[in-house]
Amino acid sequence: MPVETWLIFILIFMIFGSIAALEIKDILSSIITIGIVGLGVSLAFLFLQAPDLAIVQFLFEIFALIILVRAFVKKDYHLEASSRVNKILVGVTIITLLAIFYLSISIFQALPEFGKPLLFTSSHYLQNGLQETGSANLVTSVILDYRLYDTLGEVTVLFTAILGSLTILRIKSKKADKEVLS
Amino acid sequence: MKHEGMTLIVKTISRIIVPMIFLYGAYIILHGHLTPGGGFAGGVILALGFLSIFLSYGKSFTMKWLNLKFLEEFEASSILLFIILGVVGLLFSGVFLINMLSKGDFFHLISAGQIPILNIFIGIKVGASLFLVVYALSQIKLEGEE
Repeated sequence: MPVETWLIFILIFMIFGSIAALEIKDILSSIITIGIVGLGVSLAFLFLQAPDLAIVQFLFEIFALIILVRAFVKKDYHLEASSRVNKILVGVTIITLLAIFYLSISIFQALPEFGKPLLFTSSHYLQNGLQETGSANLVTSVILDYRLYDTLGEVTVLFTAILGSLTILRIKSKKADKEVLS
Repeated sequence: MKHEGMTLIVKTISRIIVPMIFLYGAYIILHGHLTPGGGFAGGVILALGFLSIFLSYGKSFTMKWLNLKFLEEFEASSILLFIILGVVGLLFSGVFLINMLSKGDFFHLISAGQIPILNIFIGIKVGASLFLVVYALSQIKLEGEE
C-alpha cells in the first residue's frame, strides 16, 4: 500500500481516538485514550521515514501519560451538564470548521508536491551535509551544526521552563507541609 | 517498616530492565551522529529509567541513592558548558558555536567534531530536568488528595 493510504488510516484512527477520549466518562480511561493520538503521530512519522522524530514522539507520549495520570487521576472532576447553549455552541463550531476547511482548499492545492520541498537549502544539506559536518545522521547535522543557534534557544527555553515549574511547585509543597504541621 | 513501592514482581522486573534502559539511553546519546536519535531522545530514555525506579521502589528508597542537589547542579551546568563551548569557538575561530574540532573518519564513533559532545550535554540536561519535574510533581499534594 502507498504511504498516503496508511497516513489516512492513521489519521482516521486518531480522530476516533480523540472523540472517544472526550466521550469516555472515566478519567483514567480517557487519559489512556489520549495516548492513541500521540502514538498515531509517532506511527505517521515512521511511515514518513523520520525515525528521529518517531522516537522522540513515542517517548514523550509515555512521559506525558505518566504526568497526566499523576496530575488528574485523584482529582474530582465535574461532568458538564448538556444544555441547549452547549448544543448550539457545538453546531457553530462545526459550521466554522467546515467553512475554514472549504476556504483553505485552494491553499492545499498550492502546496508543493509530496516529498518535493520548495527550499534549496534542504538539497544542499542532503548533498554536502556529510562532508561539511562529518555526521552520518543528517538530522543531527542540521540541529547540531547548521541550526545550532536554534538548539541553543531550545535548551534555554527548556532550562527556563524547568526552573519556573520547580520554583512554583516547591513553594506549593512547602505551603502544604506547613498546613499539615499547624 | 512500612512497605513502600509496588510488589516484589514489579521490583524484580525493574531491577533487571532498568540497567538495559540506561544502556539503551547511553547508546542513543553516544550514537546520535550515526543512527536515529540524539541527545533529546536519549535524555528522555534516561529520565524514564529513573522514573521506573522511582515508581517501583518508592520515593524514600530512590532519594537514598540519588543526590538531588547534585542532579540539579548537573542540569544547570550542562547548559553552561554548552555556552562555554560556543565561546571557545568564538575565541579560537571567530564564530560563535562553530564546529572547530577535526571531523575525523566518517561513520565512526569518534567523528563529526563537537557534535557528540553537544549531544552528551543535551542528553544530561534533558534527562536530569525531566526527572526533576516528576520529582517536584510527586512532592506537592494535589486537591482532593489525602
